[in-house]
Amino acid sequence: MIYLISGDSILNKKLDLFLTFMKIGAFTFGGGYAMIPLIQREVCTNKNWIEEKDILEIVAIAESTPGPIAINAATFVGYRTAGFIGACLATLGVVLPSFLIISLISLVLHYFQELRAVKYAFMGIRAAVLALILKALWSMFKAAKKGAFAYFIMGTTFLLTAFAKIDAVFVLVGCAVFGIIWSAIRRKEQTHDTP
Amino acid sequence: MILLKLFLSFFKIGTFTFGGGYAMIAMIQAEAERQGWLTKEELVDFVAMSESTPGPLAVNMATFVGSRTGGVLGGICATLGVVLPSFIIILIVAKCYEKFKSSKAVNGAMSGLKPAVIGMIATAFLSVTRTVFFPNGLQTAAFSSVSFWLFLGIFALSTVLVFKKVHPIKLILLAAAIGIGAGYGLGL
Repeated sequence: MIYLISGDSILNKKLDLFLTFMKIGAFTFGGGYAMIPLIQREVCTNKNWIEEKDILEIVAIAESTPGPIAINAATFVGYRTAGFIGACLATLGVVLPSFLIISLISLVLHYFQELRAVKYAFMGIRAAVLALILKALWSMFKAAKKGAFAYFIMGTTFLLTAFAKIDAVFVLVGCAVFGIIWSAIRRKEQTHDTP
Repeated sequence: MILLKLFLSFFKIGTFTFGGGYAMIAMIQAEAERQGWLTKEELVDFVAMSESTPGPLAVNMATFVGSRTGGVLGGICATLGVVLPSFIIILIVAKCYEKFKSSKAVNGAMSGLKPAVIGMIATAFLSVTRTVFFPNGLQTAAFSSVSFWLFLGIFALSTVLVFKKVHPIKLILLAAAIGIGAGYGLGL
């Protein structure tokens, strides 16, 4: 009997994970950073799945691993809460609303995109998107650690991807390797300086 | 074949995207251009719609490009592709979390990747600027067209509003309204 009840509650928890992350996916606009407060509220305050101090670490990891922050956070919370199946369900939950909504829009757009009004609307919108990208650029620049090394990487990446048309993958791998070497040199210098 | 290509391309994009969706734009653009999936204008439109619909920008973009190129199945393949690298990497990290946190290699790599992402967003900014203002390539003739100055006006207004923390959706709706008004009004 106890076994049954606990089995049932694990099942409920998994379903709950799926539904909670579906809600998070359906109600956040503008991507991962906007999602973080919502994830925090749902997962820590409402559901008590993760402790407040742990969620900050999860967010930090979500930011420092490749991929969309929202996906990373969902996978991590799901895994912590209910193992592999939990990770699958939370990730599926956070992706599903996007997927359904976009598929629908993409289908509808197909029929409307030849309309003149729609064409005009998108002409205006494209100029606004430019402002959104500029804002993203500025916020990331403001939050970044600055210094000769950082400026060098920023500039080189920009030149290589914008003008030399080098595949971004190679550039990023190069930057990662360069970062590893650079920080190793810095560490050596510091240990030399201290004694 | 297109489905496999979509999956692999977005798997690659998902693996190398750091710090949110905007860094992806330059990569998606390069990939879409190489494969001839969509026009530059369409990509910018997708960014706008991804911003004004709920969910992570990266997932929205992947679903858009995928379903435009390969229908519903294409959407599934592209979305799966962009999500899978994150999913696998996070599962690994969650298992050896302490090692990951104190790893010198990871920290070193991140110190190189974070500024690189900023460089990539700058690239996205430049290429979208070209798409919006110079759709026919860099020509001085562009400056004498009405639409150039109209776009510049919308861009300036949007920039002011976005830095005043006006919500992107409101901004996009406003820009759409101006676009429609000016389009009919000026007979573009």
